[in-house]
Amino acid sequence: MAEFIDLVLLGMLAITALRVIFLKDLFAVVMLFGIYSFLSALIFVNLDAVDVAFTEASVGAGISTVLMLGTLALTGRKEKTSNHPALLPLLVVGVTGAALIYGSLDMPPFGDPNNPAHQHVAPRYIEDSPQEIGLPNMVTSVLASYRAFDTLGETAVVFAAAIGVLSLLGLPKRDRQAIESGLKSHLVLRVVAKLIIPLTILFALYVQFHGDYGPGGGFQAGVIAAAAIILYALVLGLPMATHVVQPALLKTLAALGVLIYAGTGVANFFLGGNFLDYNMLASDPVAGQHIGIILIELGVGITVFAAMLSIFYAFAGQAERTNIQ
Amino acid sequence: MILETLSTLFLVLGAFFSFTGVIGLFKFPDFFTRVHAASVTDSIATILIIFGLILRTDFGLVAVKLLFILIFMLLTSPTASHALAKSARHGGLLTLAETRAPKKEDND
Amino acid sequence: MLALAATSIAILSVMALALARALRADTVYDRILGVNMFGTKTALFIAVMGFLSGRPDFLDIAIVYALINFIGMVAVLRFFEYTATDDTQNNKESS
Repeated sequence: MAEFIDLVLLGMLAITALRVIFLKDLFAVVMLFGIYSFLSALIFVNLDAVDVAFTEASVGAGISTVLMLGTLALTGRKEKTSNHPALLPLLVVGVTGAALIYGSLDMPPFGDPNNPAHQHVAPRYIEDSPQEIGLPNMVTSVLASYRAFDTLGETAVVFAAAIGVLSLLGLPKRDRQAIESGLKSHLVLRVVAKLIIPLTILFALYVQFHGDYGPGGGFQAGVIAAAAIILYALVLGLPMATHVVQPALLKTLAALGVLIYAGTGVANFFLGGNFLDYNMLASDPVAGQHIGIILIELGVGITVFAAMLSIFYAFAGQAERTNIQ
Repeated sequence: MILETLSTLFLVLGAFFSFTGVIGLFKFPDFFTRVHAASVTDSIATILIIFGLILRTDFGLVAVKLLFILIFMLLTSPTASHALAKSARHGGLLTLAETRAPKKEDND
Repeated sequence: MLALAATSIAILSVMALALARALRADTVYDRILGVNMFGTKTALFIAVMGFLSGRPDFLDIAIVYALINFIGMVAVLRFFEYTATDDTQNNKESS
């Protein structure tokens, strides 16, 4: 059953990708990319990788679609026909593709428990993490404790990306008056959006703090919370949104999240442990792990929220400026 | 046992209405009838399938989550359809009757 | 169990048809309609699949799907209203 669903989903994925290549209307391409993300998230769900599916659905289908639409608002929606000869790129793509297919011949068989990936560190995580960390969701244990260095790196990358976008586009200023703009004529949409936004923020908090027990965590929660504010900005206009969550506050929050994360790591130095080793945070090592994981997940959530929202502000502010001029 | 039979009935009905909706998406003549087909069947299929699933739970946290999904989708899906139809109307899309009427005048 | 499997396959084929609609649409609005239908059916599909494989924590993902689908729709409509006005302006300028 699972294999059958996998095959159908992969087939739909391939068809969507092919259609994206031949479409010239970039607006349709962005929508199909949303479907593409949904489909790949479904495949992850089907493979039982629930946390990955969560991230793909919220980041890939949600935020990227909104940001790509924001880009299209700046650049226009028709793809330019290129004048370059297509032979050389075709050759490069063909050779690379052939090399990849050749490489896949040596891949270990699908789903075999003796594969190298299942022999390396995975058995240790699976056997020892219930005693060492004691969280029901093992993915969170690996992500936030065993691999805390990697996650710190990822958080720093998100932070750096936000800095990069802001230094290129700049944040919009907070307007003196909150003028309502946005989808003015859609009365029903506005009312329903106002109902949905608090529910969304509540759900984001649930994802943030329930990440130890079920799928979810800081990344997903940050993105969902940012999506709630983005919905507000889309429906009621950017000036209203900048009044609720001010751009200057976002700058502080983005840095604060990374600081909380790294600070939790440094705090262990002073308590006599290693960097990002939470055993010393409480008298009991397992309780210490719990405190450490909650703190760094909070840091990740704050940074991701602030980074995503400030990138959206930068794009939307630019689009509104060009629209006015 | 009764619950399971009811649940099966709901699920089958929900699947049936989903099918009618997507067939309407292909077969109806103009955009507004297609929106109508899609959104009406979307709502009824969501209600039936989610209720069918709720009857299979032990009425705990899972049932509450399913109810949450139901409320959420009942709020968002018709709103999205409404906004889309309104946007299409503003964008100048005509209904079938309107596209036919001027032709008749031309013929006359 | 059989009913769940049958429902999941039925929803999967509805998704495939909606996808076909989104891929080959006459107007932009039809495409958006197909995408929207695909999104709602995907959320339902995940819920059914969670029951089929006995993992009810899949429901969290179904909520995310419903939410993201709505936000995507609003973003598309917002963008569309932007460019629709742009196009008419361009047409006026060119004519």
